[in-house]
Amino acid sequence: MTSTAEAIIPKFDDDESDGGRTLAIICSKGNLDMAYPGLILANAAIGEGVEVHLFFTFWGFDMIIKSRMNDLKFSPSGNTAMHMPVGDVRIPQALAPLPGMQPMATHMLKKQIADLGVPEVPDFLEHIVASGGHLHACRMSADMNHVTLDDLYDGVEDIINASDFIELTAGAQLLFI
Amino acid sequence: MPVTTIAGHEIHVDDEGFMTEYDEWSEDLGKELAAAIGVEMSDDTWGPIKFLRDDFKAEGGHTPTLRRVSTVGGFDTKKLFEMFPKKPAKKMAYIAGLPKPAGCV
Repeated sequence: MTSTAEAIIPKFDDDESDGGRTLAIICSKGNLDMAYPGLILANAAIGEGVEVHLFFTFWGFDMIIKSRMNDLKFSPSGNTAMHMPVGDVRIPQALAPLPGMQPMATHMLKKQIADLGVPEVPDFLEHIVASGGHLHACRMSADMNHVTLDDLYDGVEDIINASDFIELTAGAQLLFI
Repeated sequence: MPVTTIAGHEIHVDDEGFMTEYDEWSEDLGKELAAAIGVEMSDDTWGPIKFLRDDFKAEGGHTPTLRRVSTVGGFDTKKLFEMFPKKPAKKMAYIAGLPKPAGCV
């Protein structure tokens, strides 16, 4: 009996079998540390062939306002998981609001992120757009911040209201960050 | 570790089919691997594949991520998605005979 074993070839499942998976990510936070989860997951999903829509709203608007996006901050205040650079020692919450703590914590976080080869927020958005991801800005947040599309990062496609976004992402999986 | 045969080449692969032995790879084989996943090799597509091979060796056995192929290798992200549709990082790694990239970004 001759049996020819079938060649082992990865199944990329990129034909119709993925059913056109779509992921919607709502970015509602403007702190540096909370900007990254949405960007990292969006990037990962796009790299897996998933259609991705990011919706920036409320504090998340700082991620796409040109004059603010380069300068997001990270504060240890209210974050009990903030540790000293080495070991498991937590920074006492009484010290967290002191002058100098926020710039120091921001600087440290930016360095840690850069050391991993992960881009800063504007570069990350550019990479996501180049990869085929879609960026949408929230209408109410735009009105609250008195900004128009011109004030927003160039890769942002449009300013849409909540209903538009819900309609746009019919059937999508959704993440609220 | 399973052994499989692609167009007459006997190669060691992991459970999914990604090659595990760097030196078992050749350009001929790369062409066959590409064909097996529906990618046709051309001058354009060889550029990033060769970058992956070189970078893997230079970086001590880490397959570059898509971001790295674009920033360090200098290849246009949009074009990579066109040449290796939907899952460029994994497809390039497969054709280059390397493990899937481990990095997140």
